[in-house]
Amino acid sequence: MTVNEVAQILGASIITKEADTAREVKGGYTCDLLSWVMAHGREGMAWTTVQTHMNVIAVASLHDMSCVIIPEGIHMENDVIEKADEEGICVLASELTAFEICGRLAAAGIGAC
Amino acid sequence: MSIIREEYPVEAMDFVTAGEASAQIKRMLKKLGVDPGVIRRLAIACYEAEINLVIHSDGGKLTLELNPDNVTLKSDDVGPGIPDIDLAMSEGYSTASDDVRMMGFGAGMGLANMARNADHFRIDSKVGEGTSIEMIFDIKK
Ligand SMILES: Nc1ncnc2c1ncn2[C@@H]1O[C@H](COP(=O)(O)OP(=O)(O)O)[C@@H](O)[C@H]1O
Ligand SMILES: [Mg+2]
Repeated sequence: MTVNEVAQILGASIITKEADTAREVKGGYTCDLLSWVMAHGREGMAWTTVQTHMNVIAVASLHDMSCVIIPEGIHMENDVIEKADEEGICVLASELTAFEICGRLAAAGIGAC
Repeated sequence: MSIIREEYPVEAMDFVTAGEASAQIKRMLKKLGVDPGVIRRLAIACYEAEINLVIHSDGGKLTLELNPDNVTLKSDDVGPGIPDIDLAMSEGYSTASDDVRMMGFGAGMGLANMARNADHFRIDSKVGEGTSIEMIFDIKK
């Protein structure tokens, strides 16, 4: 499944402009503790987190994740979105809760990496 | 003698560029064709060391050395040091402030993640002076 398809399933908007939305999503994850994500992150992961600062992009990029999903309509600053574009990480903004996001992705066949 | 030796200064409490050094190091090792498994372990450990410089020290530097059979990563800082290293190494222990925790840092897993991912891990710290960490990642096939 691609990042584009994930966005469709979630009714989420893709707020990055350049990052590749055709990238393959290899699995899902959710956690807001950055060290935890750093320890368990995998290449191609779609990561759902309420954190929206620069370091989210650093962690996603170090793991070559496919996208970051921000739940509950939380706002991400423009400079962070620009950084994500630079690093080639798609950011999806969703109105759903992290719980609902994971539920929908799991139902669509996305597993843990 | 090492093939490549690079230093990356890291500033205290600079959350905008935190992670940049790790990203640069990762890009460089990738270009040099270092094994992806080694790069992954090193990136995790390097990121944790870098964040510790940002949130716990008064500033420091990361030094990367590429040797024929290993990659060595050092973290050296000036700062408060660590009074009880065994305690600091135990998972879940953190002295990070509430502000820093709100950002998702301070899980108390950094030092443990470093030790787990490196093939050799050594830490020295003097209270009131600073902390030095050396990590070696073997790249022998
Ligand atoms: N470079 C450092 N300088 C001073 N204290 C440090 C340093 N690195 C780690 N520590 C101490 O060790 C503790 C554990 O570190 P770590 O495992 O990385 O967890 P965390 O950074 O989440 O607190 C820190 O909370 C801090 O008290
Ligand atoms: Mg830490």
